[in-house]
Amino acid sequence: MTRSTQLSLSEAIATHVEDGDVVALEGFTHLIPFAAGHEIIRQGRRDLTVVRMTPDVIYDQLIGMGCVARMIFSYGGNPGVGSLHRMRDAVENDWPASIDLIEHSHAGLANAYVAGASRLPFGVLKGYAGTDLEERGRQSGAIAFVECPFTGQRLSAVRAINPDVTVIHAQQADRDGNVMLWGLTGVQKEAVLAADRAIVTVEEIVDELAPRPHAIVLPSWVVTAVAHVPNGAWPSYAHDYSKRDNRFYAAWDEIARDRERFRAWMEEHVLSASGDTATVGGEP
Amino acid sequence: MSEQRDGAPTPEETMTIVAAREVRDRQVLLVGVGPPNAAANLARRLHAPDCVLVYESGAIEAKPVRLPLSIGDDDLAETAAELVSVPEMLNYWVGAGRIDVGFLGAAQIDRFCNINTTVIGAYDDPKVRLPGAGGAPEIAAASREVIVVVRQSKRSFVEKLDFVTSIGHGDGSGTRERLNFSGAGPTVVITDLGVLRPGPDGELELAAIHPGVDVEQVRESTGWPLRVRDVVEATEPPSERELHTLREMRAAVRSAA
Repeated sequence: MTRSTQLSLSEAIATHVEDGDVVALEGFTHLIPFAAGHEIIRQGRRDLTVVRMTPDVIYDQLIGMGCVARMIFSYGGNPGVGSLHRMRDAVENDWPASIDLIEHSHAGLANAYVAGASRLPFGVLKGYAGTDLEERGRQSGAIAFVECPFTGQRLSAVRAINPDVTVIHAQQADRDGNVMLWGLTGVQKEAVLAADRAIVTVEEIVDELAPRPHAIVLPSWVVTAVAHVPNGAWPSYAHDYSKRDNRFYAAWDEIARDRERFRAWMEEHVLSASGDTATVGGEP
Repeated sequence: MSEQRDGAPTPEETMTIVAAREVRDRQVLLVGVGPPNAAANLARRLHAPDCVLVYESGAIEAKPVRLPLSIGDDDLAETAAELVSVPEMLNYWVGAGRIDVGFLGAAQIDRFCNINTTVIGAYDDPKVRLPGAGGAPEIAAASREVIVVVRQSKRSFVEKLDFVTSIGHGDGSGTRERLNFSGAGPTVVITDLGVLRPGPDGELELAAIHPGVDVEQVRESTGWPLRVRDVVEATEPPSERELHTLREMRAAVRSAA
């Protein structure tokens, strides 16, 4: 049993995220680890395979900055707003580089994480039958048919996902490096347990984690590194700490539409920012 | 804005209001973003106060005070009776068939209500890369019924989908039974022009037209020879109360943002 180490954000990324890694930054609409994603961009990681159910603005930024070779995902939109323009530009026009896509439904990708966390080779579900997702997935090796050994029913299998490193943002860690998150907890537990290494940024380091409804506790020995990064989920949010910045999500649509404007925003608010604190604000 | 606030309903407002009317009280609704979200929340404020809203982000029995911008809004988590993880939501609640009505949108829909939300054009060299599947394939497969809300035009109502993301009624020859899907599939498609319902073989038929729309206009906005029912109903125009409630709900979102 190895307990997690408390590091600065820049140390955590420098030590545990390498070029070419399979990296999952999870957080389903809540607790999205933006600050960690920004540090990956600042450190210039390349050729990453990035995994996320909802790529959201954070993967739009990673893609636009040229960090990504391949993306495994299930819904690539700006929630409630529209398109992810940097993702579209990469897929439609190969700017700044082409990216390969492996796509699932939410149920497909969630079950691929569950299988990964269970250290099983595949997960199983019904909903792909008859769709072109299934056809595409068979070509890419992400989806296959299986027959139930008990009933003979034909089902879809999804290849397990085991990231090299999963990064999440949580509300709290204690001084021993145990982590607690609550509210909408998405697929973070599965993504952490599926990975070889797990980095967690937190709003707050506390002496003791108080029991709380709907909370998940990740014991210190399944976490590799903890970094204290208040507001590390902005413009997403941390339940009981911050509100979702819906205004920024809407503003991103305009920023990301234009290559130059996007680069300028990233330069001003991410590249020239500190490696150990979160970017907050930066509206046009 | 004042013109919209006081004026006659826009086609989009009529679409949302007619979709809300399809909701019955106490139904369990799976709600996504966009018009379905507005329709479900409108129904809850009007004739279906006890309908149950489920958001795929994990909020069960959410009672949002304001119209959520996204399925991740903090308001949903704070008002939900239960919060569950995403694998639990998709497996135990959606996949297992515990949803009465799934609302879906579409970039393209065909005559058998199959849906594309993935790409326009060729997959490997798309004209438009769309967001992709999200929860839709499982919602379409397993919800007891599905309501599709989509603006109608030749671009969206197509002879052949560029990509089949979610199955409605397949090829019309008992596809759902063959695939072992537990739900009935799409039972109604509500557009800005009218209401379409699948016939016995699953092919869409024009069942109602909204105020100010004629049948010919709907045919011209459909990319295949549209079946029209012998009796096409006239949609009851949005009432003052429906329109006022919808506009108030949306104005509250704008002022909060």
